[in-house]
Amino acid sequence: MSWITDSGPMRDVVISSRVRLARNISGLPFPVIMDRETALETMDKIYNGIMSSNSALVDQLKFIPMHELDPVERNILVEKHLVSSELVQRADYTGLIIDDNEEICIMLNEEDHIRLQCILAGYQLEEAWDTLDKVDDLVEENIEYSYHETLGYITSCPTNLGTGMRASVMLHLPALVHGGHINAILQTISKIGLTARGLYGEGSEALGNIFQLSNQVTLGPTEEELISNLQIVVKQITDKEKLTREAIHKANGVEFEDNIYRSLGILKYAKKLSMKEFMALLSQVRLGVSMGIIEDIDLKDIDKIMILGQSANLHSYATEQNSLETDMDIIRAEVVGRLIHG
Amino acid sequence: MLCQQCKEKPATVHLTKYINGKKTEIHLCQECARQRSDISVFAPFTINDLLSGLLDMATPSTVMGGGEDIKCHTCGMAYSQFKKMGRVGCENCYSDFSRELEPILKRIQGGTKHTGKVPSRMGFNYRLRREIDKLRIELQKAVKIEAFEEAARLRDEIRNLEKELKRSDEGGHGV
Repeated sequence: MSWITDSGPMRDVVISSRVRLARNISGLPFPVIMDRETALETMDKIYNGIMSSNSALVDQLKFIPMHELDPVERNILVEKHLVSSELVQRADYTGLIIDDNEEICIMLNEEDHIRLQCILAGYQLEEAWDTLDKVDDLVEENIEYSYHETLGYITSCPTNLGTGMRASVMLHLPALVHGGHINAILQTISKIGLTARGLYGEGSEALGNIFQLSNQVTLGPTEEELISNLQIVVKQITDKEKLTREAIHKANGVEFEDNIYRSLGILKYAKKLSMKEFMALLSQVRLGVSMGIIEDIDLKDIDKIMILGQSANLHSYATEQNSLETDMDIIRAEVVGRLIHG
Repeated sequence: MLCQQCKEKPATVHLTKYINGKKTEIHLCQECARQRSDISVFAPFTINDLLSGLLDMATPSTVMGGGEDIKCHTCGMAYSQFKKMGRVGCENCYSDFSRELEPILKRIQGGTKHTGKVPSRMGFNYRLRREIDKLRIELQKAVKIEAFEEAARLRDEIRNLEKELKRSDEGGHGV
């Protein structure tokens, strides 16, 4: 269930694949200038439209107005990459329709009226697009999308016009970072219509050697062309990352493995872990697991630890345990230690 | 010149600070500069910041001209407001701001014509025309690589679709 706990192809480098479609309802003002009453009405309209369509999927969907969640619950959704931080920041106006598997998320009144998202484990861009294409058809049964013959799907920001599609992959690239190749790669991809960001979107740091690659351009090419363009680049970067991992291992031998096991040791026994240190150590351990150096931990468990070690998840853990501890670094060390010991 | 801090790499970031009239110069390499909290040149910036920058470049007339700010007839959003937010207020903003937006779209997007998915409500004839456009591009490609059998097949397919489109236009069903 959900990308965090599922297995997926090429997960040694590709953590997850995600496709997002931006859609708006014809005749309504966009969320940026909407008052609260219209925003709530719009959410009802979308939800009722979706629920009255002829699809088995609707039985698995639930609607959550953002203001009904407390701030920690909202931020957990962001940390799991199920919703954007913008959706959470405007909680009085926004909502979420999500399926039981946490694969399909429909964000309501984010920057656009409707943001459809499908997120899957590992390298599954095509599967994510196929799923989302069907969800899009389903939503369209009862809702009239804003569409223009030449501009395509109309979006609030001109950077999303046309297909309204953003396809992205989350990549773990420790060897390319270590080898100093990453900046050259990031510069090159920007020249071919792609863009790279850190773990939590625009402007965030590349913590834990994790990068999100996505298409920059949305108008002009078809959805399939945009996806295949991204796939070609992901395949090349993945191959290069794997070759570099092997080369660094070969060149450094025991030193390389020592580094990985030390990282595992610290994660297991530390009493305090800052976010930055935690992500750096986990990156080493993930590298070790993906190369078969560490054998008793699964890759998807590593990615689960990565999410559960983020601050909103830690807050929620502390509350559940009735812990009086307020230092997040101490709670993080406790959570991570427990998860790694199994 | 070498970086003042690490004294290893060449200094590429040069900063002049004036504090109480006293001038200090700092010369750093990229990496050391990145680690300094008092230098904000590396502050992450978002796609909206970039967009606003492009909008300023593309429309000098509205920046210099002052008074003449266009407004969307439907939602009332002013073009100057859109420049600040990077987002339009409603679907009709695109037609009211079309003259200003066209050069920007060329710059930020790959093309200015959508070729992807079409909502099913757009009707039979619209979809047919799009299909014909697509086949024409394929035909050109086939001719270019001298795949004549494929080209002939595409030509026939285009003819058939055109006939169908004509019938449908005359028959009046569709859009």
